[in-house]
Amino acid sequence: MNVTDLVEIIIAVALVIGALFTLVGSIGLLKLDTAMKRLHAPTKAATLGIGSLLVASMLHSFAFGSGSLKEILIMVFLFVTAPISANFIAKVAIHRGQDMPPPEPPKDQNWATLNPTDETVPGIEAPAKT
Amino acid sequence: MIAPDRLYDLALVFAFAALSLAQILAMIRLVIGPDVADRILALDTMVVDAIGLIVLLGIAQGTEIYFEAALIFAMLGFVSTVAYARFILRGDIIE
Repeated sequence: MNVTDLVEIIIAVALVIGALFTLVGSIGLLKLDTAMKRLHAPTKAATLGIGSLLVASMLHSFAFGSGSLKEILIMVFLFVTAPISANFIAKVAIHRGQDMPPPEPPKDQNWATLNPTDETVPGIEAPAKT
Repeated sequence: MIAPDRLYDLALVFAFAALSLAQILAMIRLVIGPDVADRILALDTMVVDAIGLIVLLGIAQGTEIYFEAALIFAMLGFVSTVAYARFILRGDIIE
C-alpha cells in the first residue's frame, strides 16, 4: 500500500462522513415535529457535513492537483453565518409560531419586530403604545 | 478487501446519491412546511446541500474551477436567508 492508496482511502472516508451528516440533517428536517426541533437538525449537520466534504476536496487537490487551501474560506464562511441565519429563523418561528408565545422583551415595551397582534398570534396582548 | 481506487469511486457515488436524497427531502419540507419559518429553513438547507453537490462535482472532475461557484452560493444563500427572515419579521428588508 503506497501513499496514494492511503490518501484515497482517507478521501473516501471523509466523503462518506460528510454525505451521511448532510443526509441525516435533511432527514431530521423532515422528521422532527415542531419548528424549534426542526431548526437544530440541518444547521449543525450541514456545517459538519459540508466541512467534511471540503476536507475531502482539499485532500484531493493536494494529492492529485496543485493543492489549494481555498476551501477553508467556504468552511469559515459557513461556520460564521450558520448561527446568524439560525437565529433569524428562530425569531421568525417564535414570532409567527404556534409552539409558544414569545417571552417578555427584556427592556422595551415590545420586540423589534412587527406588532404580534398584526399576525394574529394567539395568546398575546397588544403591547401598550407609548 | 476492495481496491482503494474502487473504494474511492464507490464513496463518490454514495456521496452524490446521499446529497441528492438530502436535497429531495429538503424539497419535500419546502412544499409541506406548515409555516414560513420551515420554508426558510428548507431553502437554507437546500443551499447548503447545493454547495456540497458543487464541491462533489469539483472532486469528481478533478478541477478547482467550481470553488468560486460554491463560495458565491454560500454568500448568496446567507444573504437571501437573512433577507427573507427580515422581511417576515419587519415587513421590509432595508428600512
